[in-house]
Amino acid sequence: MVTVLPILDRKLLRDLRHIAGQAAAIVLVVACAVATCVMSFGVLRSLDQARTQYYERYRFADIFASLYRAPEPIGEAIRRLPWVAAVQTRLVADVAIGIQDVEEPLAGRLISLPERGEPEVNAIVLRRGRSIGSSNADEVVVGESFANAHGLVPGARITALLGQRKRELEVVGVALSPEYIYALGPGMIAPDDRRFGIFWTGRQALEAALGAGGQFNDVGVRLKESASARDAAREIEALLEPYGAGDVHGRERQLSHAFVSAMFHQIAGVGRIVPAIFLLVAAFLVHTVLGRMIETQRQHIGLLKALGIGDRAIGWHYLKLVFILSAIGIAAGLAAGTILGRALTGLYTEFFHFPSLHYGQDPASVLGAGIVSIAAMGAGALRGVRGASSLMPAIALAPPAPAAYGRTWFDRVAPRGRSGSAARMILRHLGRWPLRAALTAGGLALAVALQISMLFSFDALDHMINGYYARAQAEDFTVAFARALPNAAADEVARWPGVAGVEGYRALPAQLSSGGRGRVVNLTGLPATSTLRTLLDTKLAPVPVPPQGLALPGKLAALLEVGVGDLITVQPIGSSTRFKLPVAQIVEQYIGLDAYMSLDALNTLLGSGPAISGAYLLIDHQRRAEFLRGLKDNPLVAGISERSVVLDSFRDTMLRTLTIIVSFFVAFAGLTAFGIVFSSARIALSEREREFAILASLGFSAAQVRGLLAGEMAILVALALPLGCLLGRGLSWLIVQRLDTELYRVPLVISLQTVAIAVLVVVAAAMVSTWTVARHLRRMDVPAVLNARQ
Amino acid sequence: MVCSVRGLTRIYRTGPDEVHALRGIDLDLLGGEFIALLGPSGSGKSTLLNLLGGLDRPSSGEMWFRGEALTRLDDRALALYRRRHVGFVFQFYNLIPSLTARENVELACDGAERPLAAAEALELVGLRSRMDHFPGQLSGGEQQRAAVARAIAKRPDILLCDEPTGAVDSKAGVQVLEVIERCNLELGALTVLVTHNSAIAAMAERVVSLADGRIAEARRNSLRRKAREISW
Repeated sequence: MVTVLPILDRKLLRDLRHIAGQAAAIVLVVACAVATCVMSFGVLRSLDQARTQYYERYRFADIFASLYRAPEPIGEAIRRLPWVAAVQTRLVADVAIGIQDVEEPLAGRLISLPERGEPEVNAIVLRRGRSIGSSNADEVVVGESFANAHGLVPGARITALLGQRKRELEVVGVALSPEYIYALGPGMIAPDDRRFGIFWTGRQALEAALGAGGQFNDVGVRLKESASARDAAREIEALLEPYGAGDVHGRERQLSHAFVSAMFHQIAGVGRIVPAIFLLVAAFLVHTVLGRMIETQRQHIGLLKALGIGDRAIGWHYLKLVFILSAIGIAAGLAAGTILGRALTGLYTEFFHFPSLHYGQDPASVLGAGIVSIAAMGAGALRGVRGASSLMPAIALAPPAPAAYGRTWFDRVAPRGRSGSAARMILRHLGRWPLRAALTAGGLALAVALQISMLFSFDALDHMINGYYARAQAEDFTVAFARALPNAAADEVARWPGVAGVEGYRALPAQLSSGGRGRVVNLTGLPATSTLRTLLDTKLAPVPVPPQGLALPGKLAALLEVGVGDLITVQPIGSSTRFKLPVAQIVEQYIGLDAYMSLDALNTLLGSGPAISGAYLLIDHQRRAEFLRGLKDNPLVAGISERSVVLDSFRDTMLRTLTIIVSFFVAFAGLTAFGIVFSSARIALSEREREFAILASLGFSAAQVRGLLAGEMAILVALALPLGCLLGRGLSWLIVQRLDTELYRVPLVISLQTVAIAVLVVVAAAMVSTWTVARHLRRMDVPAVLNARQ
Repeated sequence: MVCSVRGLTRIYRTGPDEVHALRGIDLDLLGGEFIALLGPSGSGKSTLLNLLGGLDRPSSGEMWFRGEALTRLDDRALALYRRRHVGFVFQFYNLIPSLTARENVELACDGAERPLAAAEALELVGLRSRMDHFPGQLSGGEQQRAAVARAIAKRPDILLCDEPTGAVDSKAGVQVLEVIERCNLELGALTVLVTHNSAIAAMAERVVSLADGRIAEARRNSLRRKAREISW
């Protein structure tokens, strides 16, 4: 026995060479599974570790609160709370920033730093230069991504409109902050490093500029380890409530943290779902390829058993083959996953700003991917291996029973003659092994579904931009004023150079609550006759601004558990007034959560008389530069955003990430489809070689014989396509559910183009693989096949 | 004259080795004639049959079918030649397992000028009652008779039978030979039967013996035996 087994191993290697194409297909699919897993969890672990270390080292807060203004002793009161480990009060203000050589004003967020020492909470990472000095009020440290976008280095000068006064500030340092790993400016839906920057300046300077001596409007709190964030937030909220507490929340609603976490969630989803799909396909391929191999080697198995080799040794012999393929697939997947992981990490560094981010393997997922792959392959091999080991030698040595064919429903409708015969042969052959046909079609359907579930992101993006934003927003610019102004301000804005149309609005942060559930959102009052901003219902049909009551996005209504007609409590931040308003309309909003109501109704409730806090503008595009120059020096303006720039930046950001990730999965799906069809065609060829030779002897041309093989593959593909489209829709729906967060919602839109690409990739892969296999027919020795014993 | 071959050779190359299966064959075959190719294993008789049927190409030499040089036909034309003019009966039946006996016959008739109805062809071989059975449901002898029906249904000019009794018992074998004999008589096809069994060769008009790739002997049977008189 000892001397026989190495010979068996030699046979194994020859067998492998014999099924090289199919083996390669299996290895490829396993590699895709392992690569996806290694990439996803490696990236996830790298990001998570980087974030955890960053948070710890730079004391990222556990609780965040924004408020109107509170005196400093309130900060001390927070510090005295039993669970509190550290507190940092500060002033935060959104301002318009001016940079020489940049024609338009840019959005900036000024954050105060303590005059002495580092902040106790939410410290900054100084990357270049120094921090602000205690004596000079005009010094700022600028966020690294904004600094890089504009080439700002220590010594550079910028201007900021602070308290309606333009102030010149000197950049003394460049820094990063754990609060802005993902930095979104006001009104933005994607990061734009050029148009939004973070600036840190001295507390006293900011107090003076804002007229807020001894006060703060923002506080970060770090809790002791045993503390409950929810209870702590509630207590802090109670302390801050008289001072117009806005949103007091834990990390889960801190914008940057929430976006990064949402990305983690997505990566983990891909890492779990996609490898499972690939492994399912790999198991199926092993099942069919090994099954066929054992079928053809039936008599060899009988002979080996007759020579005294045991059942287990035979089973192990075939299992070894599967393990060899698994090992190669795992190794290839590990290598590819590492390369892709590095590339993806590199891509994320464009959007996520960490002091350092390096891709590293996640040993647990590497091990897990390896074990699960081997288990999946083993499961695929189980039936074949069990069959081989339990085969009685006498039975194995006898020729197999002839294949039992039967009539199908197709016989009643099939035409007679050559084409009918060909169709009958194909269908009866498929019907002879229905499970295999179903698995092949199922595998191909998964390849279609996987692509649709990835490609539909482009449709969703297109729908958001061209379906939603194109209808909801018609303005060129949105200008936010430094404070609320009388309605007449709109007339003044209309006189600004280049302005072609104006519609005022009033926006303020407000706490919306119902039955103990609450959210702080931006409440915007729109004129009843608004034409530049249009509310859209859930079918994206325009709806008028409700004269009374609120229009809420469906997600916000769901979070508050309210529907049309329900009353909710609205409390503007910084005000002690509360009023109850009914929900009048559910509207669609894909990014962020905002509430809308009539401008007149809002002003009436606020008791302030007609006022606006900003305006939507149409401009004369010929005079754009003139318009922007005017804005830059305008003390009324606290912030501007240009609709086309916001949307372009959103589109570009999304496309950059999506294109790479989606192309990668489309390629994987194509390779998988190739592998499935190749393996299936190869098996069909080996099983039907005699049939093809008979047809050749009857005068069928080579093309006609190849057509028969192609016909079988075509039927499987044709079965797979509609199933794949349905599965793709289901998978996309799952993804949409997974992405449904307070930050954004993704519409489930699948375009014809997406379906066409998914279908074409699979059809093309099937054609190429069938063609590759059909070439073998040319080399077929017809007389030898016909004269071989059946 | 239906077929004639001149200087036909066939060399198989397997790696560096060359196997000379045919070493120069000259032969004329007449319409309606019944010829037996006799010889031991490896004598080249099956190779010659495959060349006559257009299943293979010679290494050198010429072949004509009704004056048309078969050696100059491309693959497509050769396939057409097989479809229109040649009927094959193989040792191992070679029926398509996923088609019934009738469908196997119909498949071969497609493209023929005036084929027999499938039922008629199966009647000729005594299989009309089992024509809707799949090959797996037929005995070896029945399968071989179905294969003969498939070969003759197109009314071929040449019926080529390669050891048609090799895989069946002698009783079934005699039935198969009877069918071939009857088809030769009734349809008038040139019939070439390959056998290593001289008893079977006795039913042919002419016996061409091959040895080592050459024609060793060609003789006319002065007394043809009926198939039913043959036993082995």
